[in-house]
Amino acid sequence: MVALGFTMIYNATGIINLAQGEFVMLGGLIMVFCTAVLKIPLLIGFVLTVAVVMLLGALFERLAIHPLKNASLITLIMITLAASILFRGVAMFLWGKDPYGLPAFSGGQSIQLWGATLQPQIFWIFGITFLAVFGIGLFFNRTLTGKAMTACSFNPLAARLVGINVRKLVLLSFGLSAAVGAVAGAIITPITLMEYDRGPLLALKGFAAAVLGGLGSGVGAIAAGFIIGILESLGAGLISSGYKDAIALLVLLVILWVKPSGLLGSAEESQLKKF
Amino acid sequence: MNERILQVEGLQKSFGGLRAIDLLDFTVVKDGVKSVIGPNGAGKTTLFNLITGIIPPTGGVLQFAGRSLNGLKPHTIARLGISRTFQNLELFGNMTVLENVMVGRHIQTVSGLFSAGLRLPGMRKEEREIKEKAWEELQFMGLEEKGVMKASALPLGEQKLLEIARALATQPKLLLLDEPAAGLNMRETGKLSETILRIRERGITIMLVEHDMSLVMEISDEVLVLNYGKKIAEGAPRDIQRNPEVIAAYLGEETGNA
Amino acid sequence: MDKKDFYPLLFVFLIIAIFPWLVGGNEYFISILIFLGINGIITMGLSLLMGYAGQISLGHAGFFGLGAYSSGILTTQYSIHPLAAFLAGIFLSAIIAFLVGKPTLRLKGHYMAVATLGFGEILFIVFNELSPLTGGPSGLSGIPTLTFMGYSLEGARYLYLVWGFVILLLLFSLNVINSRVGRALRAVHGSEIAANAMGVDASRYKVQVFVLSAVYASIAGSLYAHFVTFISPSSFSLMFSILLLMMVVVGGAETIWGALLGAMVLTLLPEYLRGLEDFEVLAYGGILMVVLLFMPQGILLGVRKLFEKKRN
Repeated sequence: MVALGFTMIYNATGIINLAQGEFVMLGGLIMVFCTAVLKIPLLIGFVLTVAVVMLLGALFERLAIHPLKNASLITLIMITLAASILFRGVAMFLWGKDPYGLPAFSGGQSIQLWGATLQPQIFWIFGITFLAVFGIGLFFNRTLTGKAMTACSFNPLAARLVGINVRKLVLLSFGLSAAVGAVAGAIITPITLMEYDRGPLLALKGFAAAVLGGLGSGVGAIAAGFIIGILESLGAGLISSGYKDAIALLVLLVILWVKPSGLLGSAEESQLKKF
Repeated sequence: MNERILQVEGLQKSFGGLRAIDLLDFTVVKDGVKSVIGPNGAGKTTLFNLITGIIPPTGGVLQFAGRSLNGLKPHTIARLGISRTFQNLELFGNMTVLENVMVGRHIQTVSGLFSAGLRLPGMRKEEREIKEKAWEELQFMGLEEKGVMKASALPLGEQKLLEIARALATQPKLLLLDEPAAGLNMRETGKLSETILRIRERGITIMLVEHDMSLVMEISDEVLVLNYGKKIAEGAPRDIQRNPEVIAAYLGEETGNA
Repeated sequence: MDKKDFYPLLFVFLIIAIFPWLVGGNEYFISILIFLGINGIITMGLSLLMGYAGQISLGHAGFFGLGAYSSGILTTQYSIHPLAAFLAGIFLSAIIAFLVGKPTLRLKGHYMAVATLGFGEILFIVFNELSPLTGGPSGLSGIPTLTFMGYSLEGARYLYLVWGFVILLLLFSLNVINSRVGRALRAVHGSEIAANAMGVDASRYKVQVFVLSAVYASIAGSLYAHFVTFISPSSFSLMFSILLLMMVVVGGAETIWGALLGAMVLTLLPEYLRGLEDFEVLAYGGILMVVLLFMPQGILLGVRKLFEKKRN
């Protein structure tokens, strides 16, 4: 899901948003806030969380990305980094450094399936993820807005010339990606808990998935996400679990070095994308 | 002096399904000015990029002074004696005019990281020589007054001259000029034409991609005409002007001063 | 070294020389200046990589850690002479930088940033996991302080040692910048394609400067280890890499003096923010954003531009 967020912003702007992990983190923590403190019912809390984070994403774009339209690459990277630090700082201030949990979305009984014990939350995760991918895929390929977004990243000037409102679309892409991140955060917190500084690692792994799947391709992103998740678990079984995180990172490095276009992206596309 | 400096045989370059260069054969003779002309999209800049190693050929052979250029990297080809300017100006905008030309001296010098960092005597001597030679080239191109200005601050015409000065600093045997007259007015073009002839007098062979026909006809010893990546004519300027195929290729195209 | 660099260099030299006397031997101030020197060494290396050659690294804390752990482990667990351990750290960092740099520096912009980020994180995880060697999350203690000819190098003497390195490396860097190599690096930054066309082997130079910057970081790491005598992975995390980046960008990546200025600002600032523990992270993010939005070229050049504007 994080990978999906990366892909979306990249598709619209050609930028890699290093604060993407923070959207996930915020999704999880805000959800906790809604359910535990405000005692709002689950569904409403979910919608509220996603809306809030989406707004934050849009604000981020408006205040930080947009003014730097013509800035150098380093500046852009730094600004997304700065934002991630800022978000983390705020989160630490509001929530402290402890991890928080969420009750599972439904039922408490673990289910036995093919010798593995699965928590019901897993089905929520799979289900929502597939819905999200399907929805986003439809959006990008079928709707005019979606296609327009892709046009923006290839050639913003041309896009503007044919009447596409680039500013709005870039804003939308950030908002959407924040929303996707928030959804991810909300659905995984019941299983893996959430604390204020999980952002960077999530972002890195998400980016690994995005690159593995091919930065242009949404489906690739999700598929790659699963692949990396499986590799991680296998690796954790074989080597000590501390190195688990390193596995995703290693995959990232190897892919970047060997085939930056990923599994489903095209080599030409990765060369054409200007940085 | 009919020695061949560049030999191209069966050159091919395809981008996916598109044949940018299609079975091209030609030679360049030493100490002459050879122009490459053709309608837009004929493959002229692609040809330059192939010669200088920026893109690899899909087929065919490129021979320079007896050595094969196939598969060599751009910096290696530069060391062999081929230098160039760019259609869309690739100056080092972050450096001064003089520094741009000094970079041109890179091939002819050797100081590495340690001798530079420790400022060894050999390096200091080399630095002085680099500066001297760079100034010479700036004077040759008439830019010596602007030496300390930032390269990006120069007007377009002078930026083009700067690129040439930089390329000359490498002491090339073959100089490739990619549309040096683009964006220049008549006076500047006249000065350019003079400059190219002075470069030839230094014993440097020149290949020129140009759209400005009067410039081409005035200074070329030979003209190569490309269309859709194929050679449609090659020979003396006067003969090219009368060649019916060449005229046909340009019909419907703005040729400017032809 | 250019003429215009002579006076600032002299100034730095003199200030450091009289500093201990200036603060009356106050250990606290001296130690701040030692940290400043250590950070400055890393930022100088980063400035060469980022400001001059135009590349990016979000993982330099890793090399800092490599230097620190090399010195730490070899002097404590294997009783190797600090100088040898120091050189081992440099050697190790250089080799790893070379191996990682070659494929990574081929990547473009964002990809390079993320690759270096990932690499830095991997090193961080390794520092945490290799417990028998590194002491894991609880760190490595008992690193010996340095002695020279019977004199213990602590306090003011260590200040001189660290800044001796700073000045030597500064000189080295300035020499490189004003040389054929420096111009080649800047050419690669200006237009990689033209640099190659002029015979500059861009890939080779990019890797060279990356290795050089890694060596600087390693030197700083060794000096750090022998000063604090206890190191743990938390000092070599992503946050530190980002902090380093901030120092370079805030001060002004394009000049080496800017990098030192940035190191100064961001080493001294936390001392002022001491009380605001929880706000620390927030403050860092905030400062970074403000500088990026309003003075993207960094303080040094930003201020210089302001002066020029006023003059006109």
